[in-house]
Amino acid sequence: MKNRLLPFLIISSSIIFVFRLFWVQLINVDDVKLSNKNSVEKVYNYPERGYIYDRNKKLIVGNEPFYDLMIVPSKLKLVDTIEFCEILKIDKQTLLDKIKKAKNYSRIKPSVFLAQISKNDYAVIQEKLWKYDGFSVRKKSNRNYLLNSASNILGYISEVNDYEINDNSYYESGELIGRQGIEKSYEKQLRGVKGVSYFQKDNFNRITGRYKEGVYDTLFKPSKNIDLTIDSELQVYGDSLMINKFGSIIAIEPESGEILSLINAPNFDPNLLIGRNRSKNYINLKNDTIGKPLFDRGLQGMYPPGSTFKLINGLIALEENIITEKTKISCNEGHFYSKNRFMRCHCKPGTKNDLNTAIYNSCNTYFATIYKNTLDKFSNSKEGIDNWKRHVTSFGLGDYLGYDHPLGRPGLIPDSKYYDRWYPNNRWRAATTISNGIGQGEILTTPIQLGNIAATIANRGWYITPHFVKKISDDSIQIKFREKKYSTINSKHYEKIIGGMFDVIEKGTAQNSKIRDIEIVGKTGTAENFTKINGIRRQLTDHSIFIGFAPKDNPKIAIAVFIENGYWGTRWAAPIASLMMEKYLKKNIERKYLENYILSGDLSKEYLKPYGNGNFTINE
Amino acid sequence: MNSEVNIKRIDWISVAILSLLVLLGLGNIYSSSQAYLLESIFSMNPFTKQLLFVIISIFIFLFIQILPFNFFIKYSSILYVISILSLIGLFLFGNEINGALAWYQFNGFSIQPSEFAKPITALALAKYLSDINSNLKTIKTQFYSFLIIFIPIALIILQPDPGTILVFLSFFFVFYKVGLPSIYMNFFIGFIIIFFSTILLTPKYVVLFLLTLGLILSYFLRRNKNLLRKIFLYVAVFSVFIFSVDFIFNNVFEQRHRDRFNIVMGIEQDFRGSGYNTNQSRIAFASGGMFGEGFLKGSQTRGKFVPEQHTDYIFSTVGEEWGFVGASFIIILFTTLMLRISKRAELQRNVFSKIYSYSAVTIIFAHFFINIGMVIGLVPTIGIPLPFLSYGGSSLMAFILLFSIYIKLDSQRTSKW
Repeated sequence: MKNRLLPFLIISSSIIFVFRLFWVQLINVDDVKLSNKNSVEKVYNYPERGYIYDRNKKLIVGNEPFYDLMIVPSKLKLVDTIEFCEILKIDKQTLLDKIKKAKNYSRIKPSVFLAQISKNDYAVIQEKLWKYDGFSVRKKSNRNYLLNSASNILGYISEVNDYEINDNSYYESGELIGRQGIEKSYEKQLRGVKGVSYFQKDNFNRITGRYKEGVYDTLFKPSKNIDLTIDSELQVYGDSLMINKFGSIIAIEPESGEILSLINAPNFDPNLLIGRNRSKNYINLKNDTIGKPLFDRGLQGMYPPGSTFKLINGLIALEENIITEKTKISCNEGHFYSKNRFMRCHCKPGTKNDLNTAIYNSCNTYFATIYKNTLDKFSNSKEGIDNWKRHVTSFGLGDYLGYDHPLGRPGLIPDSKYYDRWYPNNRWRAATTISNGIGQGEILTTPIQLGNIAATIANRGWYITPHFVKKISDDSIQIKFREKKYSTINSKHYEKIIGGMFDVIEKGTAQNSKIRDIEIVGKTGTAENFTKINGIRRQLTDHSIFIGFAPKDNPKIAIAVFIENGYWGTRWAAPIASLMMEKYLKKNIERKYLENYILSGDLSKEYLKPYGNGNFTINE
Repeated sequence: MNSEVNIKRIDWISVAILSLLVLLGLGNIYSSSQAYLLESIFSMNPFTKQLLFVIISIFIFLFIQILPFNFFIKYSSILYVISILSLIGLFLFGNEINGALAWYQFNGFSIQPSEFAKPITALALAKYLSDINSNLKTIKTQFYSFLIIFIPIALIILQPDPGTILVFLSFFFVFYKVGLPSIYMNFFIGFIIIFFSTILLTPKYVVLFLLTLGLILSYFLRRNKNLLRKIFLYVAVFSVFIFSVDFIFNNVFEQRHRDRFNIVMGIEQDFRGSGYNTNQSRIAFASGGMFGEGFLKGSQTRGKFVPEQHTDYIFSTVGEEWGFVGASFIIILFTTLMLRISKRAELQRNVFSKIYSYSAVTIIFAHFFINIGMVIGLVPTIGIPLPFLSYGGSSLMAFILLFSIYIKLDSQRTSKW
């Protein structure tokens, strides 16, 4: 023991040391990777963020440089303090305070002296800056939105937050990320891939040269430019039509599924969300709880589709052989579908409607009846409604549509399970769900889904998933935006429905929306809706809805217009849709009287009603 | 008495290992003092200074070899007294560097007498213990032997220099080897274990564990009165020690000492304060990987991120630039050297030479263990150089002196007493 103690200690400690070295040098080295090594400074170089053009190659989003004036206190030499203050438009006290602040941060490392200097101010400073040692300029870049519109489509960019940094190894603090809209869904393409250079630092954090002669350095990958499907002229025109109205217009080119415009009203200037006042402006927008400008009604608003949904029920009834175009159903100001379940209709007593007249008169009885018959074709209502739902969802309803914008809602198309939950023990039948026949009841759709219905009918039975991007530099767009999706309805049935939709304009509910030389087709809708005021369910003025397309043969534009609390579809939605069509197809508006009527239309009183004190009347 | 230089009998293998260590040290000092080299090409920088000390060291080695064998036995007492006086003289003429009053300075060079006190104390102990009348089983011999090491310890405590104190305490291994009753060693090792476990746990739990252990042992050994008495003694002494450790740790130690312990024990993490060195050193090792970043290419080394890297932290340069392979190679060189010296010490028939050689291994081992243990984060931060590799004239020359005397004594192994 006495003779072996020291050799034992020597050998055992050497073995422990070698194991420890093995551990710290080869195993547990994760926390000391190149990026964390404090002797190495990473400097990123960023590609310029990609430009965004509209469908006609008009630039709508570019970049604008701005400048930070940097200071290194240890190199500071102020030759002419008065002149320097004049150039920067600051007083002497501010100058001294800022220098002191920079010194407190570091004497030898650059810090920001004056942030976000505009291009014009920079021009003046740049001329004189050479005289002042210790100052330098760092160029940065921010978005410049050239179109004062489409903020809901474009989205915005801002600095990454901690969650995103932890979640995604690409981003580091202070970098910009697409926050909403196209900026978010095409973030990777628009940002490119940053390059990195490594520099050797000493213990005072001074850069002493390239790290390993730059073998680890990488060049950035340039970003990609994006062509949107949006027609910026149509988009801006839509904005003007929607002034003082809340709602949404969606225009789609049916043949390609390209979204020509998506107007959300009220809108805001996208330039509010860049630069120094970003967060203040954002809070202001967020606090507008009546207009909710950050809420994209076209994509996120779920509303009952109202009478526009009758077209779908008509198509399903034709497909299921419940009716032919000649089938007539009589209406006596409404109809009893079961005991205690009467639905009113505006048709005069004794009216007999076939499919065509039922569409252009928007007969409730007709469509409620064929809906009920569609369900009752099956021995039980469960099978009936699930079959009905199968048809409805083939139009892209009841689920996320799958377009390239981060916002969206699925809507709601009820099925047997849904009613079983509300009416357990088979306590419901087709008549219980009769409101679905006229697009009320449980059905909810988003305006873009309505636009997609219009496109599907325009194509006589298929649609291409609506999308916002036409081209990404030289890459083609995703395959799902080129594939036709067919509805479950045979295309021969569509012409029968379209005939009715044509008569809606010619002799039906939307005669005010005719355009000379262009055959337009469509269907108005008027959707009841409710809100809760102090816990009490109150009905509000109906939503004004229109879906349609033009021209009738070989359609170029399919459209859905949704005006919150606008009452009749004829009153607002249909004329707005027809003006959009005219603008798109004819480039200028001949019907100035109609345009003026819409432009001067003001619904803001309607929107304030629920917030006032006391009672209000609806559907005036 | 044969006082000639016996070239054939010189332990050339040890000399070769040592030369290799010194050369590797020079290379790594060159690398870790790159920044100094760039700043001042013509003035004295750590590398050129160390080169000068290496040349002086060669002369020291040669000088020792031509001295007569009994010179060391004859003059060890006088050398010891001179050494003690040089330690006392520090309080009159010394200079304070890094908070320790441990240096004489003249003309840009500084000498640290405590470094030279190590080989000289080894000589003095060897002389006293090789005396025919010395017997470490007796209280008297124990007293004088302890006195020989406690005089320099007391003087160094005043500087203060905790690393060197630990090196002097390691002479207990020599005492144990030469015949100190094992109860001292048991206490010595017991104290070390209890010290760390008390810091890591709380005194309450350590005492509880100790008492339980004592009770269980007493139950099994209840027939052996003698052992029972011993167990009682150990438990009592250790219990007192546990509480004094707690007291010393919390009241006598300064915060920086507590921090250093806490960091090694993993109780605290502080990468900017006390843990800075340890962390930077670990980064250097990790970036070295298997084969290292290459000579003069260590990025942590070039950035001067590891403080004191050319002195106490020289091993981290090895780790970064030569990797796991290089660092392990240095450890193997040290291990071989220490095992070789201790093996040849066993073969010594001359008691003086035997005890001296044993002391030499112990001193080298204490440095090796504390320094490398500290640099790789196993031992609290204690300022102590790595023998032969670290920058520092006093340290290098004192270790060469220590080693040269061993070589001299070893080469006279077969000669008669």
